[in-house]
Amino acid sequence: MFLVKGQVMGKTLSEKIWEDHVVRSAAGEPDLLYIDLHLIHEVTSPQAFDGLRLAGRKVRRPDLTIATEDHNTPTLNIDKPIADPVSKLQIDTLRNNAKEFGIRIHSLGDIDQGIVHVVGPQLGVTQPGMTIVCGDSHTSTHGAFGALAFGIGTSQVEHVLATQTLPQSKPKTMAINVEGNLKPGVTSKDIILAIIAQIGTGGGQGYVIEYRGSAIRALSMEARMTICNMSIEAGARAGLIAPDEKTLEYLKNKPHAPQGSDWDAAVAYWKTLQSDSDAKFDHEITLKAEDISPFITWGTNPGQGAPLDGQVPNPADIADIEDRGAAERALVYMGLEAGTPFKKIKIDTVFLGSCTNGRIEDLRAAADVLKGKKIAPATRMLVVPGSARVRLAAEAEGLDKVFLDFGAEWRQAGCSMCLGMNPDQLAVGERSASTSNRNFEGRQGKGGRTHLVSPLVAAATAIRGTLSSPADL
Amino acid sequence: MDKFISHTGTVLPLRRTNVDTDQIIPAVYLKRVTKSGFEDGLFSAWRVDPEFVMNKPQHKGATILVAGADFGTGSSREHAVWALQNYGFKVVLSSRFADIFRGNSQKAGLLTVIIAQEKIEALWAAVEEDPALEVTVDLDAKNVRFESEVIPFDIDDYTRWRLMEGLDDIGLTLKNIGDVDAFEAKRPSFKPETIPAR
Repeated sequence: MFLVKGQVMGKTLSEKIWEDHVVRSAAGEPDLLYIDLHLIHEVTSPQAFDGLRLAGRKVRRPDLTIATEDHNTPTLNIDKPIADPVSKLQIDTLRNNAKEFGIRIHSLGDIDQGIVHVVGPQLGVTQPGMTIVCGDSHTSTHGAFGALAFGIGTSQVEHVLATQTLPQSKPKTMAINVEGNLKPGVTSKDIILAIIAQIGTGGGQGYVIEYRGSAIRALSMEARMTICNMSIEAGARAGLIAPDEKTLEYLKNKPHAPQGSDWDAAVAYWKTLQSDSDAKFDHEITLKAEDISPFITWGTNPGQGAPLDGQVPNPADIADIEDRGAAERALVYMGLEAGTPFKKIKIDTVFLGSCTNGRIEDLRAAADVLKGKKIAPATRMLVVPGSARVRLAAEAEGLDKVFLDFGAEWRQAGCSMCLGMNPDQLAVGERSASTSNRNFEGRQGKGGRTHLVSPLVAAATAIRGTLSSPADL
Repeated sequence: MDKFISHTGTVLPLRRTNVDTDQIIPAVYLKRVTKSGFEDGLFSAWRVDPEFVMNKPQHKGATILVAGADFGTGSSREHAVWALQNYGFKVVLSSRFADIFRGNSQKAGLLTVIIAQEKIEALWAAVEEDPALEVTVDLDAKNVRFESEVIPFDIDDYTRWRLMEGLDDIGLTLKNIGDVDAFEAKRPSFKPETIPAR
């Protein structure tokens, strides 16, 4: 790029946040970034704490760290000891580590327990302009607030615990513009599934994606979280959305939102968190909102998706040889025949929950569709709120009763069947419509077959027993 | 972390794209609280098939995994790296890696090398022809060698230096901890803290 001397190029939102967090920058080294918030859970942290102990190191900033139990926790009988001794050991290890290193923890049974990416925003510790990390790839969820939030591995968890920083090489920037109005029955889940189908599971690799455009602006904060959540399924390092009035409104009375003059100072800063009008993205794509319809996946990676109105693709029609081979394998695993209309696919289990779609608006949207109806014969539906507070809010509105009357199971909060680490799993050959984020082979249980869907499609599917949207009712 | 300069070994050709970390190590294996013992879970769902390439006797003892594009997508679990290392792999070659997996492997000392898909294909073909083929991955010279082929690869100098010296990232950061102190002194007061709980 050629610059006239003295001319200052505009910056993108993610570049602004990056620059505000550079602790050290030296030629030939990655930048050292300060981390404002470190979220912890039981699965990716034990070996990191072990590393600290071995080296005689402390947690530098327990006051910027928070732990919750979510991945491995049961969603039934949470008042009883965890039945699986290996799961129990992992949970006990987190509790002991939190105690030893002085870290705040929300354990099973605590009112603030829940999926780590639901808990952060709910407590108000997720705010615009922050750097946020967690040993979980769906940390990108927090990008909905205009934060630079990304998943890390256990070595990096240890690094952040010890230093509150991370060496990082600067990502490229991508703008995804979604312009216009969504059709009725189309949700943010459909937007992100359509994006991933278009750019592929490697399309975002090396990039931070900024979601922009009138259709994104029109989304609620929770719907924005759903989009940012699945940035990783497009291979992106992170995804974010510039903060606006909706962001401020959402944060205003959250427990950890800034108070008094701190609020004013924070808002003044947050208002600067927009990509400049002359900022250049390394890559930019635009989608028309009205072109998007309810979307599902048919294969075994999140890029293998299509509009629900369509049919199972024929691998022979796929030009790219690698993609064709992957599609052939996926259809065998999924037990699907090319040409079958998606709406004829029979579903055994519907899962409503996860850090993608386990928030109160998701439960409300599904309950609205289900109210007064009965579940299809030989179909089961599992409703797992994203956090204990989401569960309580839903119960206060009577949503639990709607789900139970319908014939669904109403569970305690956690990651549950999204990854099937706890007892909530699919059996071999069992087929799900799931509001979660990954349709990988065996993800929801060995031999299980997953179709990713929105909460609205999940609800309509539970009524009809085949993949359906509310328009089919 | 062990120093990595160069490695010579035999290859496991994995002709699959989008090998996600749930395939490398399924979630049910993630309950261990150590970094060892994950080899049993490596590709466990695929290993039940006797025809799966890893079960073929001619590829026993392979230390270099050569996989299709988009290797390591999905979950951030570093257990995927440990599982590969616990099993005995030193290097993974692919035309494209997921970012988090690549970052994790570079922290843990598993070398991930990007070479063009046509070179991956050539390597698969050569190994399927001769499973005993010895392949050298030379981080010092930045190339992959087998038979008469020499395939150069790129890796950033910093990561290469760290891997070749076997240096621990935390130790390197702690040398500059004064910069962190200085940064913290200037952080705005409106930034949230988790303690005390509100």
